[in-house]
Amino acid sequence: MIHLSAAQMAAKLATGETTSVALTQAHLDRINSVDSGVHAFLYVDTDGALAQAAAVDAKREQGQDLSPLAGIPLALKDVMTQKGIPTTAGSKILEGWRPPYDSTVVSKLKANDIVILGKTNMDEFAMGSSTENSAYGPTHNPWDLTRIPGGSGGGSSAALAAFEAPLAIGTDTGGSIRQPAAVTGTVGVKPTYGGVSRFGLIAFSSSLDQAGPCARTVLDAALLHEAIAGHDPKDSTSINAPVPQVVAAAKSGDVKGMKIGVVKELNGDGYQSGVRTRFEESLELLAAAGAEIVEVSAPNFEYALAAYYLIAPSECSSNLARFDAMRYGLRVGDVDGASAESVMNLTREVGFGREVKRRIILGTYALSSGYYDAYYGSAQKVRTLITQDFNNAFEKCDVMVSPTCPTTAFKIGEKSNDPIAMYLNDIATIPVNMAGIGGMSLPAGLAPEDGLPVGFQIMSPAMQDQRMYLVGAALEAALLSKWGAPLLSKAPELAGK
Amino acid sequence: MALTYEDVVAKYEPVLGLEVHVELNTHSKMFCGCSTIFGAEPNTQTCPVCLALPGALPTVNEKAIESTIKIGLALNCSIAPFSRFARKNYFYPDMPKNFQISQYDEPICVNGYVDVEIETDEGPMSFRIEIERVHMEEDTGKSLHVGGATGRIHGAEYSLLDYNRAGIPLVEIVTKIVPGTGKYAPEVAKAYVAELRDILRSLGVSDVKMEQGSLRCDANVSLRLIGIETLGTRSETKNVNSLRSVERAIRGEMIRHAELLNKGERVVQETRHFQEESGLTRSGRSKEQAEDYRYFPEPDLVPVAPDAAWIETLRAGLPERPSVHRKRLQEAWAVPDKEMAAMINADVLNIVEATVNLGADPTKARSWWLGEISRIANDKEVTIANLNITPVDVAEIVALVSAGELTDKLARQVVEGVIAGEGKPSEVIAARGIKVVNDDGALMAAIEKVCTEQPETAEKIRNGHLPAAGALIGAVMKETKGQADAARVRELLLGHLGQSSN
Amino acid sequence: MSSLSRDDVANLARLARIEMSEEELVSLSNEFTVILDAVARVQEVAGADVEPTSHPLPLRNVFRPDVVIPSLSPQEALSGAPAQEDARFRVPQILGEEA
Repeated sequence: MIHLSAAQMAAKLATGETTSVALTQAHLDRINSVDSGVHAFLYVDTDGALAQAAAVDAKREQGQDLSPLAGIPLALKDVMTQKGIPTTAGSKILEGWRPPYDSTVVSKLKANDIVILGKTNMDEFAMGSSTENSAYGPTHNPWDLTRIPGGSGGGSSAALAAFEAPLAIGTDTGGSIRQPAAVTGTVGVKPTYGGVSRFGLIAFSSSLDQAGPCARTVLDAALLHEAIAGHDPKDSTSINAPVPQVVAAAKSGDVKGMKIGVVKELNGDGYQSGVRTRFEESLELLAAAGAEIVEVSAPNFEYALAAYYLIAPSECSSNLARFDAMRYGLRVGDVDGASAESVMNLTREVGFGREVKRRIILGTYALSSGYYDAYYGSAQKVRTLITQDFNNAFEKCDVMVSPTCPTTAFKIGEKSNDPIAMYLNDIATIPVNMAGIGGMSLPAGLAPEDGLPVGFQIMSPAMQDQRMYLVGAALEAALLSKWGAPLLSKAPELAGK
Repeated sequence: MALTYEDVVAKYEPVLGLEVHVELNTHSKMFCGCSTIFGAEPNTQTCPVCLALPGALPTVNEKAIESTIKIGLALNCSIAPFSRFARKNYFYPDMPKNFQISQYDEPICVNGYVDVEIETDEGPMSFRIEIERVHMEEDTGKSLHVGGATGRIHGAEYSLLDYNRAGIPLVEIVTKIVPGTGKYAPEVAKAYVAELRDILRSLGVSDVKMEQGSLRCDANVSLRLIGIETLGTRSETKNVNSLRSVERAIRGEMIRHAELLNKGERVVQETRHFQEESGLTRSGRSKEQAEDYRYFPEPDLVPVAPDAAWIETLRAGLPERPSVHRKRLQEAWAVPDKEMAAMINADVLNIVEATVNLGADPTKARSWWLGEISRIANDKEVTIANLNITPVDVAEIVALVSAGELTDKLARQVVEGVIAGEGKPSEVIAARGIKVVNDDGALMAAIEKVCTEQPETAEKIRNGHLPAAGALIGAVMKETKGQADAARVRELLLGHLGQSSN
Repeated sequence: MSSLSRDDVANLARLARIEMSEEELVSLSNEFTVILDAVARVQEVAGADVEPTSHPLPLRNVFRPDVVIPSLSPQEALSGAPAQEDARFRVPQILGEEA
């Protein structure tokens, strides 16, 4: 049962073939069995999940109208607040904190009767591409437990790939939904900025952060997308417009006559050969499905990474100032005679990991007087140029595509001492965040040289999220008929307890 | 030998700069829906946003924007067609996010002015104070320092934080530098703050209670030798909490600066704190290194771009200017200039107006507030606003006096009772058993009793020695516990002893 | 070439309220030489004629009405407090400006 898609599970719930309690229990059992090896979860809310499942079953029994995903279990990235449930953002500084409020995403999940299994592991404050920066130890890629599951949302992607949950919530600041999806053979979508409320999302970089759905199929992602999207008065940057019809698009998958723009600059040198092979093959399948493949150019994308590593650290240096040991979270050094200032300094030294400190210091520098124009100010200008590149390209095509990341999953520890090499992982995903548009990654197959999943990225203009679902569904269908079974069926069996 | 103020202004010209922070009187906070009621139990008006819990986001209070635009218009400012919030980053435990949402290079109102008038020996003089900017920001929480001697920060063992005030909308009004006020600098500054307060009050955007901190003034002062163009080094005196203190703080700083300069010493550019008791300022802890606030546009909020129609609607709704309003009152009440100035100086104009609006005679209302009530406030060393008596009480008392139900003397007892917290005038009258004895029968009984007790005095009066009546009238008043109308007693007494009262 | 000295890093750490060991100051200063070289590339294309984008959405004037909504209870507000006293957050002595 746990190997089904969420849509299939929902169908079985609707016919009464199974119950949410049974489904939830099956996933809890799976977590219990395999998560010691995968370490996707930081907290499993067994009682809460079963109680929520029982409540949905009762509603169903009474014949109440239920949402399409009612009763389906989900894994929540630990960056979203959930009332009363430990929420750490992967950091020591928040160890043991239980929020007194629900994030808007959690409120919507609850309103849709989606069962929250627990909180998934992540790079501390979503800063990283491997989940190695979690204060609670790395998550392992179910395809190869010695490899990274991507990051920052490696817990969510690994939970999906390990069949610990059929749905998950991720957040994407520079690729944290799409890159983990790519390296675990799952689907991840970063909606248009403002499409999903950020209220209750522990901020990394406010102008880039966007929550979105993670799943094993394009349709499942679309169902979850519609469940969590929509205007929220608690988030001033939330879009006040109807949610794009992504479920209809995922069900249609009709790409006849669509123009698909291949980004010249996001391919070639630096991209692993198996990644390029699968990408080219996917383009052929889309062409066969009736789409027109065109080449587009985005000359300023090469500056996106540099701009990102100024904007995100600058905003995070300010966003993370609130972790100061005064009102919540860790407090270190509160001895007789200590000052508030020394307690703040010591707590932040102990409570933050190395990458977080590195970025806070970098951001503090980029915003400091005398350097603002050269760094933060220039990065904001690059942002304008990247947006112009997208606008120009979207005049020639309906969606843009590229490999999601340059390589397949690397080994745990391989890049942890080389920040620049680590940052290069996000080279193809970052432009989307800079412009605030939509991006999706879906599996394109396995790289012949290492047998690891490759991700295919689709980018759609702001507020046109349905376009990436159309293309994603078309490619997914073509690949499925080629493979005969979902890609994840090729993943190695995980040793159970 | 200490310098006198006259020595200072003979040699130096003061240059002022005033920053006034105003708490707006919105129902909810600047960036969240928590209540703003003053004096609530600690941490009962807080939420994830104003406590800066992880994940919380700010949302802008529309009324606060509207109030700020109104303030800008009333101060003759231009309203920016595009303005933004910015984060001002610095760590302080009373500021939950460790940044303040403020405005930096894109404030909402710029380039205005206020004209103020002061009374001088040379007659009334007018000064134009130019406004640099009016911008929006949020207030901090309140710290209570525990341990140590005085409850002050220095020597405290730890602090307790209440975030009810955190996030209350603040508007900061910043003047350009103000030269040319010479020896009148302290009075001009006071008049400016008073004028600002009256304007804000007339707009209805703030409680403008300096003693509760809803209007706070930071005063920048520097001196330069008369005739010299270059500005001197300034000091900034923080949190000057009454109009009188504005004047005292500036005068004190001028003398302090002049003493330093005369000795050939340097004025240190620093923050100073005004000491209400001594009238002097004390140096704040000097920072080892300059702060770097790392301002950048607040990414959680979108720009404010008021359209012309909105601005014009707000402009059309502006009330009468306080200066115009004052002139109108002066005419309506037929008050001489000197009396008007006295009311303004004692800061009772509004309260007198409120009393008159409740039906009291302007002269009577003025005389109560400026006389008896001001005297009590002086004795208690508090402001009139802090006394427990309202225009409603005074209007009631004035009415009772006109109706003959209270004498002036009894009315003073009622005023005392109200201020002492004994209740409304009617309650004080009932509780203290105050009433005018105008029952002639009761008075006659008292008069007969007194005449029997003091037959010799009574005899003198019968014989036409009228000055002796005073003693008997006093005795009657005592007999009636002061509740008789003395004039009536005299009339009856003289009649009883066969004399005419005329 | 951009670089940050050990003392520059120490000053930034002070602004950011992070205690740092000597080892950390030195190694961060070394890393920043590399990182700053990489990020300084933004200056190559950021001409004076390019408008900065601080936000991906062209939204304006997003306000909420001035309406009071229920606050947290003081128990909830203080639920995460490392220390509390009399319904207030208890914090170590504050050195600095008197507010």
